[in-house]
Amino acid sequence: MSTSIKINIKSKVFQTNTNKRKKHFAIGKLNLNISKGEFCSIIGPSGCGKTTLLNLISGLDKSLNGKIIFDKKKQLKDIRTAYMFQNPRLLPWLTVLENVEVVLSKEQKESNRAREILNIMGLEEFLGYYPSQLSGGMQRRVALARSYSSQPELFLLDEPFVSLDDEMANKLRDMLISLWTNEPTTIIFVTHDLREAIYLADRIIFLSSAPSRVLMDKKIGIRRPRKLDDRKIESLRKSIISRNKQILKGVDTNA
Amino acid sequence: MPIRKYLSSIKGFSFILLFILWELLSNFSNPATFPSLLSIGKTLFAEVLDGELIFHLGMTLYRVFVSFFIAMIVGILIGMLMGNYKNFDSFFDGWNILFLNIPALVLIILSYIWFGLTEVAAIVAVSLNKIPNVVVTIREGAKSIDKRLLQVAFVYKVSNVKKFFIFYIPQLFPYIIAAARGGISLIWKIVLVVELLGRSNGVGFKIHEFFQFFDIKSILAYTIAFVIVMIGLELLFFKPLDNYSRRWRT
Repeated sequence: MSTSIKINIKSKVFQTNTNKRKKHFAIGKLNLNISKGEFCSIIGPSGCGKTTLLNLISGLDKSLNGKIIFDKKKQLKDIRTAYMFQNPRLLPWLTVLENVEVVLSKEQKESNRAREILNIMGLEEFLGYYPSQLSGGMQRRVALARSYSSQPELFLLDEPFVSLDDEMANKLRDMLISLWTNEPTTIIFVTHDLREAIYLADRIIFLSSAPSRVLMDKKIGIRRPRKLDDRKIESLRKSIISRNKQILKGVDTNA
Repeated sequence: MPIRKYLSSIKGFSFILLFILWELLSNFSNPATFPSLLSIGKTLFAEVLDGELIFHLGMTLYRVFVSFFIAMIVGILIGMLMGNYKNFDSFFDGWNILFLNIPALVLIILSYIWFGLTEVAAIVAVSLNKIPNVVVTIREGAKSIDKRLLQVAFVYKVSNVKKFFIFYIPQLFPYIIAAARGGISLIWKIVLVVELLGRSNGVGFKIHEFFQFFDIKSILAYTIAFVIVMIGLELLFFKPLDNYSRRWRT
C-alpha cells in the first residue's frame, strides 16, 4: 500500500522571534506531484526549507498555506505515515523491540512484524537492549526498523544517514532499498548528498535556496539493483553538476 | 580499598561516634532530660509491645499517605498544566509564590479555624503546604519535555493515552520522584505539627502529651520509631522505584 501525493504550497513564512516585523520566506510557490511507490529524493542547500517541507507534509507544521492531496482524496489522518528524522529519536526508556512496537497497531504487533523487520536489519540479538547501549549506526537501524514496521503508505526521511561513517551509511542505504523493494511505498528522501540521491532515488527534485521552489526535476534511469561504485552514478553526478554548476547551492545558473 | 567502601566506612564510623557522644553526655547529665540509648531502647520496646506506639504511628502514617497522595496528584496536575501552557503558568504563578511563602503554621491554624478540628482540616492543611513545592518541581519537568519525541508519537498516529503514558510521563518521571521524595520528608514533619495542634491521636499528639510530663525518654522512643519507618520507606520504596526509572541509563 502506498499513496500518491500532490503538493501545492503557496508560501511558507516564518516570523522571526527576535524581530516581529522581519519575516523569513522559507518556501515560495512549490508544486510537486509524486506518484505511488515512487522513491523521490529532494536535494537542496542547507536552510532551503527541506525539513520545513517534510514537516508540512507530515502535519507536524500545521500552518499550511496551500494544499496537499493524497491518493483517493484521503485525509492525512488516514494515511499511515512514517518519518525518519535526522536524529534517531528513540525513546530511551524502551528497549529496541519496544521502541519499534510502540508505533504499531494491535494487528501489526500481533503479526510479529517488529521482530521480523528487526531480524532483517540484523538486530535480533539486541531486542532487549536500551538505545543508550547501542552505537549511533545501530540506533539508526532501529529507527529505520520502526519506520518500516509501521507499513507506511508514505515514508518521509530527513537526511537520516548524516554523521555516520561511509560504511555504516552505505549499509543503511542498502537496507532501505531492500525493504523498499520488498514492500514498495512512496518515499520522500531529503538529502544534500547528490551521490546518495542518485544511488537511491527514481527521481530527484532540486530545490533552490530559500524561498525554495523547484529548480530541476530529474528522473534517474539507472537500472536497479544499482551498485554503489557503478560508474553511471558518478558520471551522472558529474554531468548534472557540469551542466548547472551552482545547482547544489540552490542557484539556477542557466536561468 | 575501593573508594565506595572507604566512604561507607566513614558513614558507619560517624554514626558510632554520634552514639558514643550521646552516651557520654547522658552520663554526665540528668537521666530524665538526657536518657541513655539503652533506656530509650527499652522504652521503645515496651511501647511497641504495648501496641500504643503502633496505633499512633499508624494514625500518623495514614495522614502522611493521604495528604501525600492528594498533594502529589493536585501538584502534578497543576505543574503539568503550568509547564505546558503559558496561560496557566501566568495564572497560577502568583498563587503559587504566595502559598510557597505562607508559613506552614499559618495554613494549619487557618485550616483548623475554617474547617474545625477535624481530620479533613488536618489533611487539607498538610496538602496545602506541600502542593506548591510539587508544582514547582513538576513545572520545571514539564518545561523540559523533549517535544521531538512527542512529534514521533504524532507522526505515527499513536493514541493519546499511549502518547501520554509512554512518550510524556517517562520524561517527567525523574521530576515526579524528586517531588515525591522531598514531599514525603516535608509532609511527615508537618503532620506532627498538625497532630500536636488539633488531633487526639498520632505521633504528634503523643509527643505533645509526653512534653506535658517532660517524658523525654518516650519522646525520643517515638521519634526513633518514626524515623526508622521513614528511612525504611525510602529504602524499600523510593530507592527501588528510582532505580527502576533509571534502568535504561548506562
